[in-house]
Amino acid sequence: MPREKMQILVCGGTSCTGSQGDAIIENLKLELEANALENDIRVVSTGCFGLCSMGPIVKIMPGDIIYTKVTADDAREIISEHIMKGRKVERLLYKDPSTKKTAATEKELIPQKKQIRIVLRNCGIIDPENIDDAIAHDGYEALARVLTTMKPQDVVKIIKDSGLRGRGGGGFPTGLKWEIASKNKADEKYVVCNADEGDPGAFMDRSVLEGDPHAVLEAMVICGYAIEAHHGLIYIRAEYPLAVARLKTAIKQAREYGLLGNDIMGTGFNFDIDIRYGAGAFVCGEETALIHSMEGLRGEPTVKPPFPAESGFRGKPTNVNNVETFACISPIILKGAEWFASIGSEKSKGTKVFALAGKINNVGLIEVPMGITLREVIFEIGGGIRKGKKFKAAQTGGPSGGCLTEKHLDTPIDFDNLTAAGSMMGSGGLIVMDEDDCMVSVAKFFLDFTVEESCGKCAPCRIGNKRLHELLEHITKGKGTLADLERLKNMSNVIKDTSLCGLGQSSPNPVLSTLVNFRDEYEAHVIAKKCPAGQCKDLMEYFIIAANCVGCTACARVCPVGAISGERKEPHVINPAICIKCGACMEKCKFDAIIIQ
Amino acid sequence: METIRLTIDNRTVEVPKGTTINKAAKQLGIDIPVLCYMELKDLCIENKPAGCRICVVEVQGRRNLAPSCATKCEEGMVVRTHTTRVLNARRTVMEFILSDHPKDCLICAKSGNCELQSMAHQLGIREIPGQEIAAMSTYKKDTSPSIIRDQDKCIMCRRCEMMCNTVQTVGALSAVNRGFMATVAPAFEQNLEHSTCTYCGQCVAVCPTGALTEVDHTPDVLRALADPTKTVIVQTAPAVRAALGEMFGMEPGTLVTGKMVTALRSLGFDYVFDTDFAADLTIMEEGTELLDRLTRHLNGDKTAKLPILTSCCPGWVNFFEEYFPDLKDIPSTAKSPQQMFGAIAKTYFADKINIDRKDMVVVSIMPCLAKKYECQREEFSVNGNRDVDFSISTRELAAFIKQANIDLNNLEDGEFDAPLGESTGAGVIFGATGGVIEAAVRTAYEVHTGKKLDRLDFTELRGFEGVRSATIDFNGLPVNIGIAHGLGNARKLLNDVRDGKSQFHAIEVMACPGGCIGGGGQPLHHGDSSIIKARAAALYREDKQKPLRKSHENPFIIKLYEEFLGKPNSEKAHHLLHTHYFDKKKKIIVKQ
Repeated sequence: MPREKMQILVCGGTSCTGSQGDAIIENLKLELEANALENDIRVVSTGCFGLCSMGPIVKIMPGDIIYTKVTADDAREIISEHIMKGRKVERLLYKDPSTKKTAATEKELIPQKKQIRIVLRNCGIIDPENIDDAIAHDGYEALARVLTTMKPQDVVKIIKDSGLRGRGGGGFPTGLKWEIASKNKADEKYVVCNADEGDPGAFMDRSVLEGDPHAVLEAMVICGYAIEAHHGLIYIRAEYPLAVARLKTAIKQAREYGLLGNDIMGTGFNFDIDIRYGAGAFVCGEETALIHSMEGLRGEPTVKPPFPAESGFRGKPTNVNNVETFACISPIILKGAEWFASIGSEKSKGTKVFALAGKINNVGLIEVPMGITLREVIFEIGGGIRKGKKFKAAQTGGPSGGCLTEKHLDTPIDFDNLTAAGSMMGSGGLIVMDEDDCMVSVAKFFLDFTVEESCGKCAPCRIGNKRLHELLEHITKGKGTLADLERLKNMSNVIKDTSLCGLGQSSPNPVLSTLVNFRDEYEAHVIAKKCPAGQCKDLMEYFIIAANCVGCTACARVCPVGAISGERKEPHVINPAICIKCGACMEKCKFDAIIIQ
Repeated sequence: METIRLTIDNRTVEVPKGTTINKAAKQLGIDIPVLCYMELKDLCIENKPAGCRICVVEVQGRRNLAPSCATKCEEGMVVRTHTTRVLNARRTVMEFILSDHPKDCLICAKSGNCELQSMAHQLGIREIPGQEIAAMSTYKKDTSPSIIRDQDKCIMCRRCEMMCNTVQTVGALSAVNRGFMATVAPAFEQNLEHSTCTYCGQCVAVCPTGALTEVDHTPDVLRALADPTKTVIVQTAPAVRAALGEMFGMEPGTLVTGKMVTALRSLGFDYVFDTDFAADLTIMEEGTELLDRLTRHLNGDKTAKLPILTSCCPGWVNFFEEYFPDLKDIPSTAKSPQQMFGAIAKTYFADKINIDRKDMVVVSIMPCLAKKYECQREEFSVNGNRDVDFSISTRELAAFIKQANIDLNNLEDGEFDAPLGESTGAGVIFGATGGVIEAAVRTAYEVHTGKKLDRLDFTELRGFEGVRSATIDFNGLPVNIGIAHGLGNARKLLNDVRDGKSQFHAIEVMACPGGCIGGGGQPLHHGDSSIIKARAAALYREDKQKPLRKSHENPFIIKLYEEFLGKPNSEKAHHLLHTHYFDKKKKIIVKQ
């Protein structure tokens, strides 16, 4: 393998690729060729760096200099300045929105603070389409150690000792899951990787598969060895074309290197992996539904027990883990259970990848130790709330999680604390809301998703969620009553109590947690018929503060329906019966005389 | 057997390992209500999707409520079936279900016989909170020749889907859409008519609500009866007499043959005949065909294919035309008794009473919904005039009798009219699985061997096992017989035939579990398979009481051949009493 003097890493994750990523690579290569540098400098398309709000990202190694918001036109300057003259392109460096300081290296970059990269260890560092790169970064070393020096039960033990819990949502101890599957004897067993990441806004699994597919393949083989299975299946949604393509390449390369297939590394152990595509149903993230979908059946959950470890794919013992869980395996093998268990909180070990989204400055992927506080995540790593607004709530656990409020800001984030706070870890989505967000509407928004994604098998989830959504809609229209709030609570509790699978058992969480934490907002909707956040259009009323109005008539002229009247130089008034709440007057007023009530 | 001890409502019970909470509670006399769950125990059919969540109970130490139908008992479990939490959950879930169900009970075909209605009553639901803002999931209605689908009334119990897929392996109905719009329908939400449906009606037989019902032909029958220019004759299938009484409060298995005849006569039918007569005729034709094919086959004639398959059951005919069209030359060419009756009625009998077939209306009373489709088949009409004009089910007949203010309970026994009303015990047992082949054996044996049978009860051919087999010694010639009821079981035997592995000379197939007595047109069993067993027992009882129990001894059959047909499988018999089959394998049509 030729050794290059420098490497230019370009983020090849889905969002950066979507913003000219390919054109950047193309131009960089052309520039290198134009300067006869193509043999000395290597351009690598990597996985996601996690800095999605600043993308597309280009990183120069050595030196770890990170350029943000790069366009294809910047390629010439990067080559001519940085590569040829050794001068940083200042204008492409990251600037902290609050301190205005620039950060050039990865270490200086704010979002990297407090982060520990275990799952994302190779994302943004290696070329995911080149197995040599993965191997150079310890890829398959854990597998070699497992196959040559460990017995299956040793592998199960080390995973058990590490305290690793499933990252797909439930938080079931991974080692225990492996142990159960290993103890169920059968002629055939399966290892399934759940890559059916379905939470809106969550993309950690996709990033791992796009950035470091070998981490997952290696872990699946290790799992196969531990539970004595020889077949692996990756269930991935077909909407992840880049992840699918990279997985396929990785599987092909691993087979060519003898790391998949028969007689892996000459040890006599056989294990191969196939890909199964999902059609994008959220419920197929539930393991029994996922297995039915892989079997060609309707993606619907069935009653557990029997658990997949007993009777799963084709009725055989099956171990299902999610992508992020698998990505933790090799480091645990290499660095030991104690090392992993030393990170995180008492009952939740290791790190968790979160997808930060919403009203936060640094949107993107972060990997932090379990037990970190919400405050650290939002205000330190996330750079605080956008436009200096006030923090109101954070939704964790995806659409079926709950809203955490200011009082939870200093609670250490781990599986049990989140559940105790009425939310859940889920797959790691974290959506931040500010003072402008109406919490009734937020609950309605998430319900909208679960109503759409319910499989329809059990009555409480199929019909109950729809009824919850209708009632929330009713309330945001100002037609609700106090009794409706009790009904919301009762319906929510019954849906949680009676639904068949995790989807229905958690879908009312956004309603229940907002009912508890933002009861006053609900009451404002049903009693005063007001939306404190000013988001529910039906409850808004535009109003002119007479003291501020100078009678310039600008509002009356811009009003499309003639709802504003008043004499010149006299305070104007809005007729609420005519007003269509378009907001044009408010935008036009230079004197802050128009408010929403 | 390993047993488990648990506590339910403060009472201890010991049950075999693997028992569900619901069944364990039953053992204590605690009846936890179920809605989607259904079990036909004697037929080994169980529907257990755990989807309705009505049967939830509280299990100590468990985070959420447990569906008692699908949760297995564990040692030391503490279960409570009627806590506030349970009752509130059950009521709320029921309110959810009702909020998405039409409230047209007054005019619903299932009214009074609807499991959802009785559950709502049992749970004391008096209002549906939030109904005024509740959207309903609505779907297009679908009417096929036999079955009406009104999915607005579907509660996703999935019983029909289980019957159609697991039991019948027909695959016409399955869950479609998701979330609130989830329902059970043919693929791509096509009409049933364009699906692989065989009209066996087992979906209708298990549907707890009015989502699946039969096409009602009683108005057509009423119109014919009111028309003075028409001679209306009726034929009644054997299974009807063993079930009709249930709809008038009688014990399952009560035979109401005589009362039914009286009722039909007072409804205004000009002649009340018996399909059993045509069943005897079927035995003559089918039995002769069997012996002919068997003899030729044994003599090395390669064109004589075996096994011969019975062809009385129209659901079964639809099934092999759809799934085994490559084998369509092996079933017997004999028409079903319903169609044989129609063909004879509109020729032989019309001549006898000297009327034109156009002025004769033939109505059949059947335990079956596929018969509605069968009588509409083009090959069973002459210049557009059907051999059998209308087929109505046992349920429709019961409703018809009630509408005519007739109390079946208090009727005198009547006698069938001659000549098409006379039958033997062999014709009667057609209604139960194994009955056709037993009837065929009684005749074929005597015809083949020329000897009198010393026993008539071939109990080895009876029973409820899905696939049965027996070898009957035809005086040194061992005849291997296979029996399947339920199309899934038939498929197993047919696959063997297709693979050349079948050892049978003759196979009887009935589409419905239990045979015609468990037909899709019978009074609803609501998951109680003992009712089906009682109907079978009633038919064997009637057979035993009959003075004649072999089809070839039926004097009117003998006379029919003498006067009209010549002999079995004669040219005339072939013309009137035999048919042929078609390749009806469906192509998927998305746009209709």
